[in-house]
Amino acid sequence: MAALATGGATPSDGATSFQRKVPASSRLAAIAGTRPSVRHGQLLLSSGLPSLDCVLGGGLAVGTLLLIEEDKYGIYSNLLFKYFLAEGIVCGHNLFVASAKEDPADILKELPAPLFDDVHKNQVDEKETAIKSKQESQESMKIAWRYQNLPKMEVSPAASARFGHYYDVSKTVSPELLKSIKWHRFFLPEEMSLHPEIKTCNMTCGYTRLLQSIQRIIYQEGFDGSYPQKKQKNILRIGIQSLGSVLWGDDICCTDNPEDIFSLTKFLYVLRGLLRMSLSACIITVPAHLIQNKAIMERVTNLSDTVVGLESFIGSERETNPLYKDYQGLIHVHQIPRLNSLICDVSGTKDLAFRLKRKQFTIEFADHQPCASQKEHILTFKHRLSFRASS
Amino acid sequence: MFAELNELLNASPERPEQGKLTLLRDTKTDGSFLVHHFLSFYLKAGCKVCFVALLQSFSHYNIIAQKLKLHKLNVCLWIPSLLGLLPRGFQQFSQGVSLTAAKERGQLVFLEGLKSCFDVFFGEEQHVGQTNPLQFVSKDGSNLKTMYEFVRTSLMASGSDSWKCPVLLVDDLSVLLSLGVRPVDVLDFIHYCRVAVCSQLKGNIVVLVHSNDDSEDEENELVVNSLCHQSNLILWAEGLATGFCKDVHGQLKIIQKGSSELKAEKNLLRIYQYKIQDKNVTFFARGMSAAVL
Repeated sequence: MAALATGGATPSDGATSFQRKVPASSRLAAIAGTRPSVRHGQLLLSSGLPSLDCVLGGGLAVGTLLLIEEDKYGIYSNLLFKYFLAEGIVCGHNLFVASAKEDPADILKELPAPLFDDVHKNQVDEKETAIKSKQESQESMKIAWRYQNLPKMEVSPAASARFGHYYDVSKTVSPELLKSIKWHRFFLPEEMSLHPEIKTCNMTCGYTRLLQSIQRIIYQEGFDGSYPQKKQKNILRIGIQSLGSVLWGDDICCTDNPEDIFSLTKFLYVLRGLLRMSLSACIITVPAHLIQNKAIMERVTNLSDTVVGLESFIGSERETNPLYKDYQGLIHVHQIPRLNSLICDVSGTKDLAFRLKRKQFTIEFADHQPCASQKEHILTFKHRLSFRASS
Repeated sequence: MFAELNELLNASPERPEQGKLTLLRDTKTDGSFLVHHFLSFYLKAGCKVCFVALLQSFSHYNIIAQKLKLHKLNVCLWIPSLLGLLPRGFQQFSQGVSLTAAKERGQLVFLEGLKSCFDVFFGEEQHVGQTNPLQFVSKDGSNLKTMYEFVRTSLMASGSDSWKCPVLLVDDLSVLLSLGVRPVDVLDFIHYCRVAVCSQLKGNIVVLVHSNDDSEDEENELVVNSLCHQSNLILWAEGLATGFCKDVHGQLKIIQKGSSELKAEKNLLRIYQYKIQDKNVTFFARGMSAAVL
């Protein structure tokens, strides 16, 4: 009895017909791909990496901004960006992809393919199950004969949805899955040619257009609650690539004394307002290593909610360091927001390294251990924070 | 409101001080718990509060304010209150403060910066008019005059009000610098507010700023240093120099300026460490955290 009472359909093993009655107050929890936080009841989204969700205290809160400080060549930050969008596809959220260098359609085509445990098994045993099911239907139940005539239970896709998925980096997402979701695009060169004249708020032109585009989508699709009659609520995942780079028309990455140092911070402030009043979450990658004026990065950090910096070992002396031989880089969590609460879920250790394999991107803790001679400390990596795919 | 912080500051909601500028400063950590403390402190004290919230939404402050409770009543007060001998007022003290209720009865004037900025940016020119406090974002201006007018009109005592001294609370001032306001204009704004609120209306001002020892943001440091000289009380929340610790979240420096400018009294500096919990913040002397004892 107790096992049944604890809650909804178990995803992988066997199907049960038990459905927990959702009380009216937790209506919002019914949005696919979200779960309420234990601490402050805030709705959380997965960032696409289960280990990053763990580091961020459960996930990314709806209405907040995740800022990624790009690594030197932008390889891993681009990967995190893609994981975020891929998670949106798997959960059925709406996407808004903005970029100044790549066409958003191309970005979407290159998203990693999700790993479904059941899919693997199903493809192999398809023929066998077809034969077996015929046999089973003819067998009569000897003990539970009352249940003989009940229809077979099917696990509905919503019931088996879980929080956080794994992706295979070597494969791209299937076009059918892409077609199933609704997405919006913003490609700066295209926008500049379409509408040459717009009023600016004394902000760089590209940023103003982007803000107007985001606001238009939020309003038209009703993410800010402007269509209360729409029963099925959904989340808008906004992804902005390489904000602050030269391609957006901003010169903070080129010179020490940029023409307008307030464009980026004003943009982030208005974006913060937009996010707080809608059911959306945003990921922005910023080439922080190129910004000469460090004061701007401090202000940008203050205006963002979650700030994660990536440092890859490519081309640095650490690449040949035996300590780091299994790892591709370090992750620095600069800031985690405290929303609706005085405290936030911060992990104890601050030294985190990441490792990229084909099917998972893991983040692991570093643990300083003194060696026997006590002359030097060995940095060992323990306490793996990885969630292995059960297949 | 944190009872332990009230004891440290020797402050009580029944007799709030008047005409003071309090500076809240944080370095390498988040000092917003101090803002929540002062917000509920002044609301409980019955003061009229104008809260300029530039970084977070109204619901964020509301949810936290409702969680904050007074330190548990002494046992000697507890038993009579259980028996119903004490008046209702004591029992109500253990509840948090509801900002929505405070707004409705006119005690709290809340300026939600994010919403105002949204109106300025996306609203029609003629609808916005000239009265939006954040309208400096749209023009090239760095003029905080409209914000000052907003503060002044909201704290001006109207005839039917029975509130005690007015209070201006700003969270946080460093954001104005990110929006294109020059440091000189920020300092002018604070100066005008001090004249209006502290001198004329005999009220208080509480301002939060971020600072950093090795910060490259010179404009911010300029504003912070200037405010440090002007304020009567400085509460400086710092992260621990030795790094992150689970049991001690930071260190609070309380700097009380000498009360009389003529006598040139020494500033009183006290240092405590604190730990933030879900509904309360505990303060203790350095090295005396509960985990160590």
